[in-house]
Amino acid sequence: MYDIIVIGAGPAGLTAAIYARRASKNVLVLEAKSYGGQIINTLDIENYPVEEHISGFDFATKLYNQAKNLGAEIKFEKVVDINNQDNEKEVITTKNTYKTKAIIIATGSENRKLGISNEDELVGKGISYCATCDGAFYKKKTVAVVGGGNTALEDALYLSGIVEKVYLIHRRDEFRGSESTVNLLKEKNNVEFIYNSNVTKLNSNEKLESIVVTDKEGIESTIKVDGLFVAVGRIPENQNFGKIINLDNSGYIISDEKCNTNVEGIFVAGDNRTKEVRQLVTATSDGAVAATAAIKYINEKK
Amino acid sequence: MKVIEVNKENFEDEVLNSDIKVLADFNANWCGPCQMLKPIIEEVALENDNVKIVSINIDDEDLLAEKYNVSSIPCLVLFEQGKETKRSVGLISKDDINTLIGD
Repeated sequence: MYDIIVIGAGPAGLTAAIYARRASKNVLVLEAKSYGGQIINTLDIENYPVEEHISGFDFATKLYNQAKNLGAEIKFEKVVDINNQDNEKEVITTKNTYKTKAIIIATGSENRKLGISNEDELVGKGISYCATCDGAFYKKKTVAVVGGGNTALEDALYLSGIVEKVYLIHRRDEFRGSESTVNLLKEKNNVEFIYNSNVTKLNSNEKLESIVVTDKEGIESTIKVDGLFVAVGRIPENQNFGKIINLDNSGYIISDEKCNTNVEGIFVAGDNRTKEVRQLVTATSDGAVAATAAIKYINEKK
Repeated sequence: MKVIEVNKENFEDEVLNSDIKVLADFNANWCGPCQMLKPIIEEVALENDNVKIVSINIDDEDLLAEKYNVSSIPCLVLFEQGKETKRSVGLISKDDINTLIGD
């Protein structure tokens, strides 16, 4: 039986593992894909205290090694279910069932899709969810970015330096993201704003050739693009926990700065809980809080 | 087997004319998910003798990337008898890579 099982090896989960190990608890971290979480998509982190510049990959790798060197066990298995019995809890993966005294859910979030037909088939053939990964393939080509938050704005800005032309498509007439980025974009002569519109259709022949954009009056226009970068937000990966853990309407685990859930001994850390600020530094901070709460829970149970 | 670096000079020999199937990993140094995939790919390569795994840097080998319509990385392409049979885009788990390769 483990003391603590952490689900997810992103910044929140790995930080929780570090705190648990420093309190001499035995801890298993379960990760579906590979360590690091979404920070690995960030080329340069400039807002994490101490390091002025560090790549997301380097950050994740240092954190992973730190947790491992402290004795955290890390397995690459996808968690599909959790069970709660009073004194012991179970975590079920596609391969095994593990018993533990406490659980920390740190699964983060995944890209929200547009939800229109052909989207999945065209990933890698014109559709992308990562501008910094794929922007370079569109040198001197025409692309569109869809979304209204900071990711969409930063993607558009990054792409405007590489491609011939960027359309920025947003369903409202105002952006949620930073005003300073919007102003930078307005100064670019290769960025065109399309407000009050949704992408409603993808036209392709082997690869993406054009998109159909529908405005709020229902008027459709076809735009020829080589690439479409989707940045319409993220969805928390809590689908497997809703049976026993309370989620809000958007699927986030209902919690607060204490990182508790409605179930005693099950805690939550990082982007998949209800919170105001979803940043790297708040994810690692959640990891520390959740681990401390889990340690206290185990010690008091004895 | 170890992962082999492939460029346009040895692509035909190493990939198209290979006796066994080949998994080509199109990647770049600046791409975080590609860096994450690298150690996983290396592990899979060491554990499998029935497949040759090659790495193609898309910055150096932009013509190969273009020829095979790679427009999102990391991109894994499986070649059997010189023909593309399967493709996967984005960071995937070791299990998924093994599924992609097949028996």
